[in-house]
Amino acid sequence: MIDFLYGAAALLLLLTGLGLARMMWGPAPADRMMAAQLLGTGGGAIALLIATASGITAIIDIALVLALLAAFAAVALTLGEPGTKQPDGQANP
Amino acid sequence: MILVDMFTMAAVGAGMFFFLAGTVGLLRFPDTLSRLHALTKADNLGFGFIVLGLLPQSPDVLSGLKLVVVWLLVQLAAATAGQLIAQFVGLERRRDPAA
Repeated sequence: MIDFLYGAAALLLLLTGLGLARMMWGPAPADRMMAAQLLGTGGGAIALLIATASGITAIIDIALVLALLAAFAAVALTLGEPGTKQPDGQANP
Repeated sequence: MILVDMFTMAAVGAGMFFFLAGTVGLLRFPDTLSRLHALTKADNLGFGFIVLGLLPQSPDVLSGLKLVVVWLLVQLAAATAGQLIAQFVGLERRRDPAA
């Protein structure tokens, strides 16, 4: 059972690595951000698999942090976009 | 091999399949928004299946609950991020449609 979980984590690492190719090819910045999102989700899944396989439950917190950082990355991309408004209501250029 | 292990293998296997579908979709789809669709939907489903598969394997109840919390956070984060990126693409296309 443990070996199956480690194997699944390894395969998932391979998949997430392949998904990163989109970060290199991606014409638009949005494509590159999507690869970063994939890191958050895929990395979190890998952390969960390894946490359960090795029995170290602290690794689940790593998955939590990865998911949080992926969300912040998407917000950072769209924060100063022209056409949106600043928090105090003043429009962006 | 007791039933729990078989359930875990089936659920984690299904999760891996959906991750594969999401990653292939991210790489192969022609348009930015369709890639975003593939990524947000398929990977989330894969993550959910993996968490479902890992629940019976977790050593104690607290870590099982933490698994569910991580899944909820990923659901909320990915849904919000998908909308944000879609809005970003929309605004960018309105500014210079040639891109």
